[in-house]
Amino acid sequence: MELFGIPLSALLSQLLLGLVNGSFYAILSLGLAVIFGLLNVINFAHGALYMMGAMFAWMGLTYFGLNYWVTLAVAPLLVGVFGVIIERLLLRHLYKLDHLYGLLLTFGLTLLIEGFFRSFYGVSGLQYNVPEQLTGARNLGFMILPNYRAWVVVASLIVCFGTWYVIERTKLGALLRAGTENAKLTEAFGVNVPLMVTLTYGFGVALAAFAGVLAAPILQVQPLMGSNLIIVVFAVVVIGGMGSIMGSILTGLGLGVIEGFTRVFYPEASATVVFVIMAIVLLLRPAGLFGKEK
Amino acid sequence: MRISREFAIYFALLAVVAVLPALGAYPVFIMKVMCFALFACAFNLLIGYTGLLSFGHAAFLGIAAYVTGHVLKVWGWPTELGLLAGTLAGAALGLVMGALAIRRSGIYFSMITLALAQMLYFLFLQAPFTGGEDGLQSVPRGTLLGVIDLSNDLTLYYVVLAIFVLSFLLIYRTVHSPFGQVLKAIRENEPRATSLGYDVARFKLLAFVLSAALAGLAGASKTLVLGFATLTDAHWSTSGLVILMVLVGGMGTTLGPIIGAFIIVALENKVGDIGAFLGRTTGIEWFNGLGEAVTIVTGLIFVICVMAFRRGLIGEFQAWWVRRRAPAVAA
Repeated sequence: MELFGIPLSALLSQLLLGLVNGSFYAILSLGLAVIFGLLNVINFAHGALYMMGAMFAWMGLTYFGLNYWVTLAVAPLLVGVFGVIIERLLLRHLYKLDHLYGLLLTFGLTLLIEGFFRSFYGVSGLQYNVPEQLTGARNLGFMILPNYRAWVVVASLIVCFGTWYVIERTKLGALLRAGTENAKLTEAFGVNVPLMVTLTYGFGVALAAFAGVLAAPILQVQPLMGSNLIIVVFAVVVIGGMGSIMGSILTGLGLGVIEGFTRVFYPEASATVVFVIMAIVLLLRPAGLFGKEK
Repeated sequence: MRISREFAIYFALLAVVAVLPALGAYPVFIMKVMCFALFACAFNLLIGYTGLLSFGHAAFLGIAAYVTGHVLKVWGWPTELGLLAGTLAGAALGLVMGALAIRRSGIYFSMITLALAQMLYFLFLQAPFTGGEDGLQSVPRGTLLGVIDLSNDLTLYYVVLAIFVLSFLLIYRTVHSPFGQVLKAIRENEPRATSLGYDVARFKLLAFVLSAALAGLAGASKTLVLGFATLTDAHWSTSGLVILMVLVGGMGTTLGPIIGAFIIVALENKVGDIGAFLGRTTGIEWFNGLGEAVTIVTGLIFVICVMAFRRGLIGEFQAWWVRRRAPAVAA
């Protein structure tokens, strides 16, 4: 079967690849949006912490023999704790200043973290195998579905919509939204806002690390794997606007799919298509698809 | 009185730089510092005086480096036209990127400039005329105005110095003009500048294009000095580096970017040696790899500057100077 002169199975496998990338965009832009909402900081280090998640997965397996499923829980936890330390030690002191200092600090942290891992592992990719439960692929008749890729998409969707549910539908989420709206007033109601801010940052970066562990078996694990990704995610955030959680998820997935299709029809543009879309959105709807101009 | 003292410092600095080669300094290194100092001054025009944090200035350095390299090497244009072409390329790109980026303000502006610069990086990676991963190598320096042979390092040294001084004066003049005052007003309070009847978007765009053009001139001069243009020029890490230069020297100060550029370029050259030295003296093998992972050092400086040192070297010095003199005035 063919569509636009391209075999349907090829089209669908690129679509799946796009969905996988889109899942990473969604998790990362979701984390950025949650952090920005409460801290007013654009976390440039998000890409580096994603890389840390993947690195920890590799290190856990190589040095301690921890399997994939254990690191899927442990790596985000460790990176989350690392994030809590960063927030307590450094970020906390910048909230009263211009937002650009938060960006500059996290940019510096990115260089520091990447440089640190580079000094041990260089820039060549490290091999991380797909966990044995998820190797192989199943034939759906119209396409071959690799099990691991399917798992990445499903796991990401569960995490994204779980986060959406917690923030939009629970008491805890209501407090979080109240803190985003007006931190002083929320504190007056007896909510420990500084603690909430710390934990939010920890949670946001743990999400990034989770994405990193998911990515470890399909992308090359190496110290610079996060820096190109984070720039694309910035474009995703500009396109979607950071006002809505669901908006971040949908924009991330959608752009991944568009990127996948571009790889089929015009591969030369696959690296730039997200940026082109960003330029178009800026011309037509500067506040972003789901954004409100503050 | 104050102005003459200020200019006395500039002249003293100029005199020192002018005799540096005679004192045994390596001309190509100082020229590289001057190119990056011009780049940093151009960047400072935006961050320091307009309050716009561009995270994509490497794009202007990069495009100018490639355009100048291409017209000199492939088309064989005279050197002065090559420099002009690079500068204009920077300005034109600045117009496009600026027009898009100023549609959002604050942190979004930074993210948009970063994303657009990254897009350009990918275009350079794929475009045939950039030479991909290899870059443009062995670009000829040619002769300036058909008479001055630039293949001599010392001759080129004074040409680059002249370019730098003229650009510096242009920036100084801009900052101290009514136009510069409006830019500062926008930095301090954008809504008020709007309410006073200034077309804020136009002023921002003009500042952006001017900054891009000067960054372009820096990139063009750099190609002339080093004889090559590579992808590194357009990479996001270069955008980060110029931010660091201005941050270390002092945002919104006249001399800060120059001092910052000198420190960072020198540091980048020397980190490997310092690491090797530390490795020898402490016996810790890890230090030997420091040259391969310079970003540990630059990242650390970033963190320290943002946490404790936001005014930069010149900014802190000025604050100290004012504090020192304040009691005397009170008495």
